[in-house]
Amino acid sequence: MVKDLSVALCGLTLKNPVIPASGTFGFGLELADDMDINVLGGISLKGTTREARYGNPTPRIAECPGGMINSVGLQNPGIDVLVNEKVPSLRKVYDGCIIANISGFSLDEYRECCAKADACEGIDLIEVNISCPNVHNGGMAFGTSAESAAEVTRTVKAVCRKPVFIKLSPNVTDIVSIARACEDAGADGLTLVNTFLGMRIDIHRRKPVIANKMGGFSGRAIFPIALRMVYQVAHACRIPVMGCGGVASAADVIEMMMAGATAVQVGAENLRNPFACPEIIEELPVLMDGLNINTLQEIIGTV
Amino acid sequence: MNKSLYTIAENVLIAPRTYRLVLVPLSFRAEPEGRSREICHGEFVDIAIPGFYLRRPLSICDREDGKLTVVYRVVGEGTKALAEMTAGTELDVLTGLGNGFDPESCREEALLVGGGLGVPPLYLLAKELKARGKKVTAVLGFNKAEEIILADEFRAVCDEVLVSTVDGSVGVKGFVTDAIAAANPTYDYFYTCGPMVMMKVVCQALDGPGEASLEERMGCGAGFCYGCSIQTKNGPRRVCKDGPVFKKEELLW
Repeated sequence: MVKDLSVALCGLTLKNPVIPASGTFGFGLELADDMDINVLGGISLKGTTREARYGNPTPRIAECPGGMINSVGLQNPGIDVLVNEKVPSLRKVYDGCIIANISGFSLDEYRECCAKADACEGIDLIEVNISCPNVHNGGMAFGTSAESAAEVTRTVKAVCRKPVFIKLSPNVTDIVSIARACEDAGADGLTLVNTFLGMRIDIHRRKPVIANKMGGFSGRAIFPIALRMVYQVAHACRIPVMGCGGVASAADVIEMMMAGATAVQVGAENLRNPFACPEIIEELPVLMDGLNINTLQEIIGTV
Repeated sequence: MNKSLYTIAENVLIAPRTYRLVLVPLSFRAEPEGRSREICHGEFVDIAIPGFYLRRPLSICDREDGKLTVVYRVVGEGTKALAEMTAGTELDVLTGLGNGFDPESCREEALLVGGGLGVPPLYLLAKELKARGKKVTAVLGFNKAEEIILADEFRAVCDEVLVSTVDGSVGVKGFVTDAIAAANPTYDYFYTCGPMVMMKVVCQALDGPGEASLEERMGCGAGFCYGCSIQTKNGPRRVCKDGPVFKKEELLW
């Protein structure tokens, strides 16, 4: 029997639930010559701010057992280049769901960037990053309290007609209360989780490995924690969840969906294997067959 | 870029902590997959080492009939594990990575300046320049005699090879710039690869145009994670994709 991988997400139909996570697939075009990107259910573009940013000094990457730390620091060309150049170029060659990932240092910046993303024809969905651990006085600062998370949500919802997902930080005491605050403030969905704040020290040099000292830890090691948070939030909220964190296989995708995720983002695994997403998508029908699953939609939140 | 399986044909110690690794495509084809262009001088491979989360980017030293030669030094746990692998072991390798040296920039006479582990990536370039009929002078710098690698291979290819050692045990005593000052070779374009501080001095000391192959800690190795960006005169550039080779005038040291 032909397997149905499609999922419904806020009025959009994704051909499958597999989406490269923001920051792990550039602006989509970087890999367009190396693979058929049209197999991807969606692409979450690199985090974008109002102004162009160079990001943090190098080293920006530190390896860990079961994962890695990154501190890229939101290097991006700015919202105008995103909506005028990056998205139109990608739209020409990609027919799936294009997700703009917006970051900011003030409510004004979130409002302005989201309004521009909303007005950009090629963008299907807006993901608001209130969880970047690599910039000061911005990003994660908005995502670590229910009040400020709700405030960002209200601010961007006021200027967006497209579905708005808030991307949550796991670096909080109670992710459910923040998720509920975003839902109450009008969020159409939630993406979770972003990276865990982490650190490594080079014991020979007696210095942090990362130039910015700390960074976001991601990779296979965080999968059980991310899955637990997706499970908790999906069961506490009515809005859809995109599950993210340590996903590396088709089995992980199924597990995230059973925990409550409608779509699943693949992050750090892309850095180990640039072909991770197409390989997972190819593997899904085989695994579904073995699990007696005919449509992926039917397994969402079944556990 | 291609991801394919290679078999280790050879993984031998050629200098202290320094190994020559020869990789053969598992199912032999002139190129591992259809989309790939020919592997070029100055490009690198990204090797997955079982038990380590990220791949290890290593410069290509030589290429022959699909067979790849890489020279690496054990600097950490990942390269230590790689050094323990024996012939016949299969490795998952990304190829076709990086923007390498441009042999067309040289009109008549090339000067290659390599330091330590920066010497191997210049070898395939030396062969390419000779195939194009250029005069090639190579200046190879090392700390001491026992660390000298590939000098005979360069001698077999280049018109002239100058060696310098910091301790003076072989060749000119001092740095590559001392060897260049002593011999004063003619060239219209230079290519350099080695420690960052060496390349900086080389770019400052040499008047002519040239290019340098940079090193940076990488994430994906293929240009989409932006983990290895450096600031240049032309704005941020990714070492793995826009480089590793950059024109001298583009670099901010």
